[in-house]
Amino acid sequence: MAMVDNKPELVEMTKAQKKAQRRRSVAIGLVLAAFVIIVYVGSWAKMGGALFSRPM
Amino acid sequence: MALVENIESNETLVSEALPGDYFALLKPRVMSLVVFTAFVGMVLAPAHIHPMTALIAILAIAVGGGASGALNMWYDADIDAVMTRTAKRPIPTGKVTRGEALAFGLTLSVFSVLTLGTLTNWVAGGLLAFTIFFYAVVYTMWLKRSTPQNIVIGGAAGAFPPMIGWAAVTGSVSVESVILFLIIFLWTPPHFWALALFKLRDYDMANVPMLPNVAGERHTKLQILLYSAVLVTVAAAPWPLGFAGPAYGVTAIVLGANFLRHAVAVWRMEDGDATMVPAKKMFGFSLVYLAALFSVMLAEALVSMALAG
Repeated sequence: MAMVDNKPELVEMTKAQKKAQRRRSVAIGLVLAAFVIIVYVGSWAKMGGALFSRPM
Repeated sequence: MALVENIESNETLVSEALPGDYFALLKPRVMSLVVFTAFVGMVLAPAHIHPMTALIAILAIAVGGGASGALNMWYDADIDAVMTRTAKRPIPTGKVTRGEALAFGLTLSVFSVLTLGTLTNWVAGGLLAFTIFFYAVVYTMWLKRSTPQNIVIGGAAGAFPPMIGWAAVTGSVSVESVILFLIIFLWTPPHFWALALFKLRDYDMANVPMLPNVAGERHTKLQILLYSAVLVTVAAAPWPLGFAGPAYGVTAIVLGANFLRHAVAVWRMEDGDATMVPAKKMFGFSLVYLAALFSVMLAEALVSMALAG
């Protein structure tokens, strides 16, 4: 990022840009949460009751 | 990344893309066909799968199909910008950059294949990976701009989902799943060539070699007729082969006869016909045809499962 007089040049986002960024962040959060749930539920469905009865 | 440095104007642009723009990169309408046909493949497969695993498998197949759509939009952004049918896609409209679409497509590709492979089996995972590769690399990067047969070979990518669904349940590929594959594979050329006939100008402007603008209208109409004849024959096969019942058989024959009637109407259409009504009608009917075949196959399988208890 360009620097002027040792001060960082900041980008001032418009209202629409801030709103879009927030909505993208929420969407990424939701997708990641959904992925965690999918892996968790999928593991249970695949291994069933045997999930904890495997030799260590 | 949402922050884009515009070197030429020395201006920093911040993305205004919404989650919906990224969702549009997945080609939701194509994805719905992928989900539906994969689901039919799963239901027809002669084995059991945990319902939750089935749901996740369908989701992984859908995301994988969507990822290949995003990769297609990344590579074809220049073509999409000049075609009326695709000009409003997220990259041509400037909502999403090409780099963002590429990263998005690659990330989803990796996660969908790993999820499907780990939670079902690696035959299904491998088939999904191959489908994404086939659509993004073989069709989009290679065939689409180089040969008028692009849609014939590239159509295989859209035909894999029922085979992947079948493999997710059984862990193998069988004659039945190959027939399901063939139905969509043979359906694709007449469907797209009917579209290409009345969107000829679009493909011309984009320099995409489709059969009508390379071999001419007459040859395209003949090819549509020939492919249609093979398609309706193969589409009836699940009945005599025993993995679909009489309701499907009758549907395939009746709708197949109608498909052929449309193909003959297109074949008899005057060269240079400006309205292209028979081609438009055939394009519309081809969508109904494929949806009806798979719907009846699905309904029959669900009814026989319910009767078997």
